Amino acid sequence: MTLAPETSDLISVEIDGVEMNVPKGTLIIRAAELIGTEVPRFCDHPLLSPVAACRMCLVEIEGNPKPQPACAIELTPGMKVRTQRSSEVAEKAQQGVMEFLLANHPLDCPVCDKGGECPLQNQAMSAGRAESRFDIPKRTFDKPVPINSEILLDRERCVSCARCTRFADQIAGDPKLELLERGAKQQVGVANDEPFDSYFSGNTIQICPVGALTSSSYRFRSRPFDLVSTPTTCEHCASGCSLRTDARRGEVTRRLAWHDSDVNEDWNCDKGRFAFTYLSQDRITSPMIRENGELRVASWPEALDVAARGLRSAQGSTAVLTGGRITMEDAYAYAKFARVVLGTDDIDFRARRSSSEEAAFLRSSIAGDCGPTYADLDKAPVVLLVAFEPEDESPIVLLRLRAASLRRGLRVVALSPIASRGLEKIRGEWAAIAPGADANALHALAQGGGDVPNGASIAQALRQPGAVILVGERIADVSGGPSAVAALAAATGARIGWVPRRAGERGALEAGALSGLLPGGRPLDDANARAQVAQVWGVDVADLPISAGREAAAVVSSAAAGGLGALVVGGLEPRDAAQPAAMRRALDNAGFVVSLETRRTEVTDHADVVLPVAVVTEKSGTFIDWEGRRRPFARVFGDALMMSDGRVLAMLAEAMDSSIGRGDVKSLRTELDSFGPWTGARSAVPSDSAAVVQTGGPHLVTWRLLLDEAAMQEGEPNLAGTRRRTVAVVSAATAASLGVAAGQQVTVTGPAGSVSVPVDIGSIVDNAVWLPSNAADCAIASLGVAPGQPVRVSGGAA
Amino acid sequence: MPDLVSPAARGFGVTFRTMFKKVVTEQYPESGAQSKPRYHGRHQLNRWADGLEKCVGCELCAWACPADAILVQGGDNSEGERFSPGERYGRVYQINYLRCIFCGLCIEACPTRALTMTNDYELADHTRDSLIYEKQDLLAPLLPGMAKPPHAMVPGTTESDYYAGNVAGAVPEQFGQGE
Repeated sequence: MTLAPETSDLISVEIDGVEMNVPKGTLIIRAAELIGTEVPRFCDHPLLSPVAACRMCLVEIEGNPKPQPACAIELTPGMKVRTQRSSEVAEKAQQGVMEFLLANHPLDCPVCDKGGECPLQNQAMSAGRAESRFDIPKRTFDKPVPINSEILLDRERCVSCARCTRFADQIAGDPKLELLERGAKQQVGVANDEPFDSYFSGNTIQICPVGALTSSSYRFRSRPFDLVSTPTTCEHCASGCSLRTDARRGEVTRRLAWHDSDVNEDWNCDKGRFAFTYLSQDRITSPMIRENGELRVASWPEALDVAARGLRSAQGSTAVLTGGRITMEDAYAYAKFARVVLGTDDIDFRARRSSSEEAAFLRSSIAGDCGPTYADLDKAPVVLLVAFEPEDESPIVLLRLRAASLRRGLRVVALSPIASRGLEKIRGEWAAIAPGADANALHALAQGGGDVPNGASIAQALRQPGAVILVGERIADVSGGPSAVAALAAATGARIGWVPRRAGERGALEAGALSGLLPGGRPLDDANARAQVAQVWGVDVADLPISAGREAAAVVSSAAAGGLGALVVGGLEPRDAAQPAAMRRALDNAGFVVSLETRRTEVTDHADVVLPVAVVTEKSGTFIDWEGRRRPFARVFGDALMMSDGRVLAMLAEAMDSSIGRGDVKSLRTELDSFGPWTGARSAVPSDSAAVVQTGGPHLVTWRLLLDEAAMQEGEPNLAGTRRRTVAVVSAATAASLGVAAGQQVTVTGPAGSVSVPVDIGSIVDNAVWLPSNAADCAIASLGVAPGQPVRVSGGAA
Repeated sequence: MPDLVSPAARGFGVTFRTMFKKVVTEQYPESGAQSKPRYHGRHQLNRWADGLEKCVGCELCAWACPADAILVQGGDNSEGERFSPGERYGRVYQINYLRCIFCGLCIEACPTRALTMTNDYELADHTRDSLIYEKQDLLAPLLPGMAKPPHAMVPGTTESDYYAGNVAGAVPEQFGQGE
């Protein structure tokens, strides 16, 4: 618990006769906690501003004629406070407030989702009277009322504490939830025409101290005392949120944000909270092998044998694509399997748009390094966002930036062709650049500003100690971009935080699941590094690949051309690849495909052998968040029979008369830890020159929204209900030149296809069009055009 | 010489008198034995007068059960498929009579009087499986005037009307929906 202001001014106060010294500005309720006194409360939340709305925390302050709310009053020197522990006045006041709060509260605890973990229930017992004097009929409302598709409101249960409305306003920055009406009719509500489409709306359910806000998908599913809770880490993005996963009868019933003040504080996003149906949907539970073109179920020994024979016969022409969702331990198993068993360095975790330059940047500037942390964002003088949209790509980063921006005016600059809603929330500064011109702008900033809007001031700010550059994975689309980021950091001294979208990418990087990179950030072309790795792996150093292998793009094009003997594929979606068609051809034309998958996917449809692996609830492991911080998680279902990727690879290695160890999570982690940090030279920083921005039609700007058609959000209709509306965004001038008005349908056409969506006028540079990458009916991959490239935009539907 | 006759006469007197008393022996199983009306026998899942189920799947019976004999899994009623008035119904309802101790705490816990106990005590069987009673084994029979769920509530009524006892029986349009 933080004592609000950071100050060394201590004042002497007395609570319940206990003399104590607390920092000036400490709230009574926080100070009382220090001596183990819990003043009952509903509206008070350490991360929200005090409001004293519920009046539950009344305490007696000496010299004050009436009891005062402990949650809103700061201690002053010499103040003498008496809580319900030592004061009858306080106790009676609290009992009176409780009686009022319960006057209209329905007696439906037995069928209330909150019953059993309800602060109102608990405090009615501890701070209320057994008998109520209100025998008149209670006020009733229609219920439940949906606030959005995820949240149901029961207005009868509400105690008007304003936690949800304050959260929406102060933390999430979506002030669309308000207290309406007055007196007994007071109720939480939303405007009719403004849906509460916040990405963080689920948090209001969790902080509601009564059962007024309940989750649509968890409604009546179980009672808190039925649940078995496990501390876990969110697998949806690189923010690394701590979660609590609650399960019952072998099924996950809900997930909650768990407190971690270093990372997600008390919050998480709706994707992390609600998207878990995929864990149990159409799972593959037994190994399968392809026979006469059809997959058939096989036993483990048979499937391993077939896989081993297939891989062995392709020895020397194999590659491994792990996908970006794997844990650090599994990534390490893939990395070791590729080098030791397959004898190849053709391994890549990037099953998305990527470039060689990006790989070189990751090897030289990110791997093996602890980047800036959330705390560094709190303290930074300036944060520059490059090819990164925090609200969609790493929502907890957005919350941190927003908090720092509101608290102390943190300067956040987005180098982007479009000023997003997220940027508005963090009150950021928009340094508008043409699509694909990121590299030029970064070089200009490195040289003092150039023609970047407000460039001189940004360049100067970046030179202050503690400045941070947050760069997203979309920088891979900008030729010369990663080099320019590294150059800017070198020129200004700012630190680089690389924020990928997927949870497993940073861990895979640290585990060496990238060609040219060995575990712990060791460059493959360094003899010393190879010797260290050979020693830990117990192999002859001469058996390790000596030169960097191919990356995903090269592997895919080689396989598509029929030049690859065998491919080992982890969890990846061909439609996420830079060229989905090429990826599909690669799976078709590769000599032999082994797929380690949890569910039926396009990959398993093409695979020769499918080996089922565990999902995150069935194994323990570690994700590494964008900071480089390890986020270990425990197994939710201890009796699950599924094996992790690492364990399956270990069995496969044995079937191939080789070994990568036992392959269990613990031994993989211990082995990875035994490498220690790499102290030698890192590989060379890339210095690709910035690409020339193409001329021609409107340039495509795109990224993936937080909530879209992603595979891990399947089966969650309630979550899908809070998706953003699919629109194309153009500037007013571009709209005028195209002859379209807001709301009209436009067709965006690329070389391979087109999409038709309504258009919106927004803050975006001229001659550019923004589209969501993977929204319903808007699959950008089908256009056959890379972000930053020109597309054709015409009015009307296709 | 001791008197041997009078004690014997007294003894046979008891026998003789008993011949004229009401017989208490019950010829079970040849003829069924009648238990007292409040005897705790097999459970029954009751219906409303129109045939809809009273169980709302709240699981309070399962929670009250000291022997962990009850398993309930609730489900959502939908407009097209309604088993009970209101939002939820008991999708899965099992009572394990190998565990049940017939204490009746489940009956006390039930908020809708969906679960009551009958006087049926003939629960012995040959297999363990057959002693786990499923929902269809426990549901009260459809009486004349009841329509087989799933079907809609009586038109114009809400779940409160059911709880207030305002539904006297099924109306014609409720029949035939559950087939």
